[in-house]
Amino acid sequence: MSRSPAAPWLLVSPGAVLFLGLVLVPLVLTVILSFLTYNYDTGIGDSYTLAHYGRVLSDSYYLEIFWRTLRLAFLTTLLCALIGAPEAYILSRMRSPWRSIFLLVIIGPLLVSVVVRAFGWSMLLGSTGLVNAALGVLALGPVRLLYTETAIVIALVHVMLPFMVIPVWTALQKLDPMVETAAWSLGASRFAALRRVVMPQVSIGLLSGSLIVFGLSASAFAIPGLLGGRRLKMAATLVYDEYMQELNWPMGAAIAIIVLLANLVIMLAYNRAVEARARRALG
Amino acid sequence: MAFLTLEQVNKFYGELAAVRDVDLSVAKGEFVSLLGPSGCGKTTTLQMIAGLVEPTSGRITLDGRDITHEKPNRRGLGIVFQSYALFPHMTVAQNVAFGLEMRKVQRAERDTRVADMLALVHLAGMADRYPRQLSGGQRQRVAIARALVIEPPVLLLDEPLSNLDAKLREEMQFELRRIQRSVGTTTIMVTHDQAEALSISDRVVVMEAGCMTQVDAPYRLYEKPATPFISSFVGRMNRLEGIWWPNGPIGTVEVAGAMLPSEAADLPAGAAVTASIRPEKLLLHKAGEGRLNGNVASRFFLGGHWLFNVETPAGVIVVSMPNHGEEPAREGERVGIDWAPASLRIEASAGGTVS
Ligand SMILES: Nc1ncnc2c1ncn2[C@@H]1O[C@H](COP(=O)(O)OP(=O)(O)O)[C@@H](O)[C@H]1O
Ligand SMILES: [Mg+2]
Repeated sequence: MSRSPAAPWLLVSPGAVLFLGLVLVPLVLTVILSFLTYNYDTGIGDSYTLAHYGRVLSDSYYLEIFWRTLRLAFLTTLLCALIGAPEAYILSRMRSPWRSIFLLVIIGPLLVSVVVRAFGWSMLLGSTGLVNAALGVLALGPVRLLYTETAIVIALVHVMLPFMVIPVWTALQKLDPMVETAAWSLGASRFAALRRVVMPQVSIGLLSGSLIVFGLSASAFAIPGLLGGRRLKMAATLVYDEYMQELNWPMGAAIAIIVLLANLVIMLAYNRAVEARARRALG
Repeated sequence: MAFLTLEQVNKFYGELAAVRDVDLSVAKGEFVSLLGPSGCGKTTTLQMIAGLVEPTSGRITLDGRDITHEKPNRRGLGIVFQSYALFPHMTVAQNVAFGLEMRKVQRAERDTRVADMLALVHLAGMADRYPRQLSGGQRQRVAIARALVIEPPVLLLDEPLSNLDAKLREEMQFELRRIQRSVGTTTIMVTHDQAEALSISDRVVVMEAGCMTQVDAPYRLYEKPATPFISSFVGRMNRLEGIWWPNGPIGTVEVAGAMLPSEAADLPAGAAVTASIRPEKLLLHKAGEGRLNGNVASRFFLGGHWLFNVETPAGVIVVSMPNHGEEPAREGERVGIDWAPASLRIEASAGGTVS
């Protein structure tokens, strides 16, 4: 049976149309929008300008929000790695029924809407919430948690943890458990075996998990929106405000494009490091 | 002089006794094999010596020191795992150097010791390769080098050859013995392959269902198996149920009406016995010239020797004959089987009654 030369094109066309229509076209429109003039009285003009980019990159108000976005995304990634890696290790050493149960507990949050989870955290962290009530009982006084960067990071870590645990866990699954035992038998302490033998082999999982967590945290919207309040904005909430509050769409578009580019640059650079490492470790 | 001893060692997993009442003493420099079918507790025994499994009860001593509850990384024993468990992200040299690094051996000494060890296992040119770039036999050698470089008092091997193909396995058996001879390390090897255990060990320990049933030199194990299980597990064995009658200096076993001359035994006349004889102790003659006539039901050519299944009045008997370069009896041919009476061994049947 001979195949029509058009067959491959026909086969990829649904995917291509979907990608073009839902990703590329809006992206191109956003780029165009970001260069259009804007006037508070007359709205979006039809001439082109670089003014929005100039303003975003020179105004300390915007720069501070970008800086906070990167900082909180980085902090979230770091905390996720510090909590997620040991968590995945413990999980991989658990016995049969418990392992599935705890895996479900870890993945469980993904089954709940991020908005619901954010509201949950705002109830816990509020001035009359459970955390402050507990601190009150311990006479440590009420602490302002809600609408702080701390609250954003706590909630982001909670949401992002599965994205760290799962790749690390997958990497651990591929590990021969006897390899760690072999290290002990050669005189390595538990810690030395972890550091010299287990860690290097799961580092790829850790690095790819970091990539996912960083990307998702840097563009997170619901959590900074609900737990950061009106004052503590992050990149995604800033874009939203430009569009919906200021109605300055071109400005919002310019910010969105800058965030996208920054994220892209950071993640690509990081990905190169990951791949170089993978080549060395696995060949 | 016992170097490594196990005294009344037990290991229970819940109700299941994986290892029961094991007593063993191994001399310095000895090569001992733990032989038994899958699930008989060989690995568990080895891991208790290694410190990877805690004995439920009993005592393990090494060179007079009680190590029963010592951590594996403090025992300093060399272990070769069934899967080799090499560090995949390290080169061959780094793998071998790992144990020395953990012992804080100086760089220069480390390098010479690693190089010496790689030369011993014939891997000198492979130092900078990664395990994934090696063949099964080479990985095996790396695992042995890594375990031996720390100069362990005891080397423990868990089914070290089971992942290799048949030809390589045979080569590695002798290689393993050569390496062990040249370093002189006391070695305990676990295997389920009787040929492997017999060919390279000083002594073989047979395990059945968690118990050690015989500890003997390979030759004696083969010639004088302590239990029916061992006689069929180690090599082939013809076993015939019969009744024993004294017959002057020798004996006679009556099997289904046939009278077979056997070794003498201290049993009452008419006792129910099991007679056993190895296939290679039997000779094939023309019909009527042997002690028992039969028909060749099937024969197999195994290169070095022939194997015959001969149907006789006493049952099917397996006969093995060296290949002398000419074709022996064919299938369907009538033959006579002969043997020296002393090689037909007699033991009272389990639960046998005196008739
Ligand atoms: N961790 C364990 N938990 C429960 N049972 C085990 C465990 N390890 C081994 N066993 C049981 O102990 C018995 C002996 O096992 P093992 O020593 O591995 O046998 P072998 O190495 O001779 O094949 C087997 O019946 C096995 O199922
Ligand atoms: Mg085993």
